[in-house]
Amino acid sequence: MTQKLKYERPFIKKMNMGLMNKFGTQSESEAVRDIDGVAVKALVNEFGSPLFVLSERQIRRNYRAAVRAFKTRYPKVQFAWSYKTNYLNAVCSIFHQEGSWAEVVSGFEYRKTLSNGVPGHHIIFNGPQKSTEELLLAIQNNSLIHIDHFDELYALIPLCQEHGSKPRVAIRVNMDTGIYPLWDRFGFNYENGQAWSAITKIINSGTMQLVGLHCHIGTFVLSASAYGVAAAKMSALALQCNAVLTTPIEYLDLGGGFPSTNTLKGAYLPGVDTVPSVDDFAEAITTTLLDAGFKQDELPLLILESGRVLIDDAGYLLGSVIANKRLADGRRAVVADFGVNTLFTSLWYDHKISPAQDVSPHTDTVTLYGPLCMNIDMIRESVNLPALQPGDNLVVHKVGAYNMTQWMQFISLRPAIVLIDEEHRPHLIRKAETLEYMEAPEVLPEYLREAKEAT
Amino acid sequence: MKLKANIATSDNGFIFNPATGDSYTSNSIAAFILALMKAGKTDAEIKLEILQAYDVDQSTLERDWEDWVLQLKDANLLEAK
Repeated sequence: MTQKLKYERPFIKKMNMGLMNKFGTQSESEAVRDIDGVAVKALVNEFGSPLFVLSERQIRRNYRAAVRAFKTRYPKVQFAWSYKTNYLNAVCSIFHQEGSWAEVVSGFEYRKTLSNGVPGHHIIFNGPQKSTEELLLAIQNNSLIHIDHFDELYALIPLCQEHGSKPRVAIRVNMDTGIYPLWDRFGFNYENGQAWSAITKIINSGTMQLVGLHCHIGTFVLSASAYGVAAAKMSALALQCNAVLTTPIEYLDLGGGFPSTNTLKGAYLPGVDTVPSVDDFAEAITTTLLDAGFKQDELPLLILESGRVLIDDAGYLLGSVIANKRLADGRRAVVADFGVNTLFTSLWYDHKISPAQDVSPHTDTVTLYGPLCMNIDMIRESVNLPALQPGDNLVVHKVGAYNMTQWMQFISLRPAIVLIDEEHRPHLIRKAETLEYMEAPEVLPEYLREAKEAT
Repeated sequence: MKLKANIATSDNGFIFNPATGDSYTSNSIAAFILALMKAGKTDAEIKLEILQAYDVDQSTLERDWEDWVLQLKDANLLEAK
């Protein structure tokens, strides 16, 4: 009996004679059958679909490359893992094992660092909201408190007096670095003198040790030179502290904001071709610090709170095709089992999406929808994919940052997360949510329960 | 279901509509079907040939056939009934 030919849904594709793209962007239709040597089909069969997958190997590779980029240029460097980017305990443990401190922006995240075994003095407490109870906890643990506004500063002073402790603090500084938008909602402004005013108030209060200066100039910043400007202004402020107030600044924290190589919506070229490397940022920051005028033995510790750039490309979302559709105007659409509730970053990025099985070289431009009964649930408005059948698997790339913290429990339950270790073994690090899990915090008032039982 | 008489097709699935100037590419099974349509086969005969040549079950083929007819209509490649 002769072998039958592999079947694929028949389709035709109109040829458009537009302007040629001289950059010749790469086709996205190449099949990705495994993640770190583990078959996509096997992962989906064992853990379900959709499924987030993280590569430990890639996380460690990213971290070591970033540390190397800075440490080969500057003598004192410390990374602090940005918890909000991905605060799964398994992920945080990897970063802490590599030597990273923790950077948190809420009491919830702060307590998470303690349960992850981070020493108190290696925790940086950022964020606009810190309750009295949380500030006390940070003071008791000798953590670095980054003061965001005057109200927080005025709340801290009596707290320190009352408890007789002198916490180690820094102020958050915002400034014009030449990029838009100017992030002026965090901390004290540099140009209008607010930052200097906060510094003098801290020193004059005599209740705190001003040990650092912090800034966070933006997110997904595509200009390395903006960090050079920030480093120059932070250095000037630190030198002024030493000269005028005889308060040497121990560390400068340049925050986060380095981009991953994802492609932002509306970008003409793919992120891999346009995003500066960590080396570019390291060069801009460290050359500025080294030339700023610090004595060689008084160079401040450089702290970085990178998140996205260290984990985005270590994360994948595996999913399945639910259906094919033909829209009213003739365009093809594919419905997948993951939506904007699961893949939050699809609101910002044109994520690269690959089929996970053998495909023909013929691709068609399709709209990729999620499974939600909501019109906004669109993952890609236009993506080239081969003909897919219900049940076929898809791999979404570079989803490691923010999705596993910003995802929404909406309409459907959030999926499981698997970590593939360096020996290619998959580990379940967060179970798929269940109805029982979601309903556990709910309370049905007695009168409604009785009414329910009566029917 | 018949292709318009003036529609040009090639063995490798290239389609040209001289009336509109539009051209199309197609995947291999679409090229296979177009060749059979050109040869004057009926829908039923074409489906039978697909079932014999390709690894597909009848219900999948019927479902995809609906979409195939829509595509040809959208592209204005079919004779009016």
